[in-house]
Amino acid sequence: MAKQIVSAPAARRRTSRATKMTGAQVLVETLRRERVKVLFGHPGGASLPIYDALYDATDIRHVLVRHEQVAAHAAVGYARASGRVGVCTATSGPGATNLVTGITDAMMDSVPVVAITGQVPRPVIGNDAFQEADVTGVTMPITKWNVLVMRADDVARRVQQAFYIARTGRPGPVLVDIPRDVSQESCDPEFVDGIPVPEYRPVLDGNPNQIAAAAELLGSAQRPMIYAGGGIISGNASAELTALAERTRIPVALTLMGKGAMDELHPCCLGMLGMHGSAYANWAMNEADVILAVGVRFDDRVTGRLRDFAPRARFIHIDIDPAEIGKNKPAHVPIVGDAARVLAALAAQVRPPQIDPWWAQITEWRERHPFRYRQRDGQISAQFVCDLINRLTGGTAIVTTDVGQHQMWMAQWYRPRAPRSFISSGGLGTMGFGFPAAMGAKFACPDRQVIAVVGDGGYQMTMQDLITAVEHRLALPIIVVNNGALGMVRQWQTFFYRNRLSSSILRNPDFARIAEAFGARGIRVDRPEQVEPALRSALATEDGPCVVDVIVDPEENCLPMIPSGQSVAEMILDE
Amino acid sequence: MSEAHTATISVLVENSPGVLVRVAGLIRRRGVNIHSLSVGPTENAAVSRMTIVVDTPPERTEQFAKQLRKLVEVRRATAVDGQQTVDRELALVKVNANPGTRMEIMEIANVFRANVVDLTDRTMTLEVTGKGEKVDAIVSLLAKHGIREIARTGQATLVRGAQAT
Repeated sequence: MAKQIVSAPAARRRTSRATKMTGAQVLVETLRRERVKVLFGHPGGASLPIYDALYDATDIRHVLVRHEQVAAHAAVGYARASGRVGVCTATSGPGATNLVTGITDAMMDSVPVVAITGQVPRPVIGNDAFQEADVTGVTMPITKWNVLVMRADDVARRVQQAFYIARTGRPGPVLVDIPRDVSQESCDPEFVDGIPVPEYRPVLDGNPNQIAAAAELLGSAQRPMIYAGGGIISGNASAELTALAERTRIPVALTLMGKGAMDELHPCCLGMLGMHGSAYANWAMNEADVILAVGVRFDDRVTGRLRDFAPRARFIHIDIDPAEIGKNKPAHVPIVGDAARVLAALAAQVRPPQIDPWWAQITEWRERHPFRYRQRDGQISAQFVCDLINRLTGGTAIVTTDVGQHQMWMAQWYRPRAPRSFISSGGLGTMGFGFPAAMGAKFACPDRQVIAVVGDGGYQMTMQDLITAVEHRLALPIIVVNNGALGMVRQWQTFFYRNRLSSSILRNPDFARIAEAFGARGIRVDRPEQVEPALRSALATEDGPCVVDVIVDPEENCLPMIPSGQSVAEMILDE
Repeated sequence: MSEAHTATISVLVENSPGVLVRVAGLIRRRGVNIHSLSVGPTENAAVSRMTIVVDTPPERTEQFAKQLRKLVEVRRATAVDGQQTVDRELALVKVNANPGTRMEIMEIANVFRANVVDLTDRTMTLEVTGKGEKVDAIVSLLAKHGIREIARTGQATLVRGAQAT
């Protein structure tokens, strides 16, 4: 069978030739042409030729991590903070399989990442060679696309295709697996000048009739809502979303992935909805008569029980991925296209609906049940820490989180003013994500304040790479919200398993002293009045990472909460 | 085998390694059984056609086709149920046959327009082409003679008329 994605047109496309190079040199040259400035990785036997070629590439910065999972998460953090493709690399076998969690995270959250893995030499592929794993087989269901490159001549085209596919349409991770002897083989590289996968061109402009129907539906709505998600951020559609909201005054609820898609201090923005979203955003969705869903996938953490989700609403669903439309909820007006283009077209023709009574109702809900927290005597409330991070930064920093209670509290209390400022593992819910993603974000945006907010459980999954942050003198505050437990597991056991705390209580090391042993700053605080000075000091630390171990109230639960698979009616508001 | 819960999807794919695994993996991931799958080259050497019959309720069929279209190697995926189609399957059926039963088996073969493609003193192999139900029918009639082996190609489908599948 012909070993190519692009068959007949390939021969006719214009290509540019250079002089003889090795496959690894071609790879590095292709990375350069894709304007890659940083890659995160860890070398090994099968990727030695690649690392030898990187040795000469003084314009491409290689960040040596201590575990490949960190490389993948850092590439995700880099991509989500910058909007550019993040790149990670690992050797064959265990190196590549260590990338799997990070690649899956990128798949679930639609993040453009290219993973380059070494593979054993061609003659021994399939023979259970040392450090061999079927990496294209393993990653098939967790990549947008992957390829095993069997000729050095193909390296340039395959890598160009990988970058194009990763960033085009609905973004996602792509893996390129390169056998060691392909990296060593000499070839005449052929770089594609045009689009490297001509067949893959997602629809960008929405159908005008559908856009007109959507405008009509929104204009006549009495209780409209906009339900906006990560697609706004990856589609760079924040300005268009804000313009539409301002023109129509339609309230906007954001998903976890959509946080920052709109300035969360904007009067039209109701913040996050869903399982731990605001009561008022969830009540508003529940009562809405028309919902404009854009760049969202009706995830179960948003909808709860599907049939009870927004039961009175008719849906307009805009997405660049046709498979998302109607996947979980039928769309009355489906629109396939690029969020920015469709929202701009919609804003130009929509007639602002008459919704003063609707806003009066929402305002009443908002006043009746804002986010709030208790502070027990002598205990530090985790929500207070999150609230304080928001106040100290004014929502202008890039924050990353791990997964669990602290993540939801940050989602509730941190109110980003701009997109690409809240980076959290959404779909996959990956513990250990927050700190490496913050490193990636800091490499992408060295002039921005970047803060990792992690749990004591998640931090221990990737903590070893603190040395990487020290080595690169990253000004990176790492706030460990330490409740001595796997807090969200503990919370579910409290609510749904009669408080039988099975394996959810942690004996922790001293995170501040560990930081010091790595050569970072470490601060431990366990009294409320210590928190603000410690955070201020950490945020002002310029020459390296600063770990703040904050011992918080271990009994706090994350509320409100819509229990899994239930509806707004079953929302738990208070203890 | 109930027809009520199968869906037929016709897929044009790049003729390259691993595509079959990608398609099959996408279906497997959803816990759906592949009822039949036929694949072969088309008029364009770079493209193969797969006709996939899956055990899935009709309301999920379009979602299946959409997910298939997300694979970079898939050029086209069409859920053809509800359209006017030509559906064919070929089966080779090796049945016990001795001189005493040969005539009866050949009568059955005649009714179903099946061809005798092999004959020994103990067996007869028939080639039958048609819709799946027709193949099922001849197989059930031959059963009393003792079926030794069956090889079925799985369904191949094209939409009738000028419209592309």
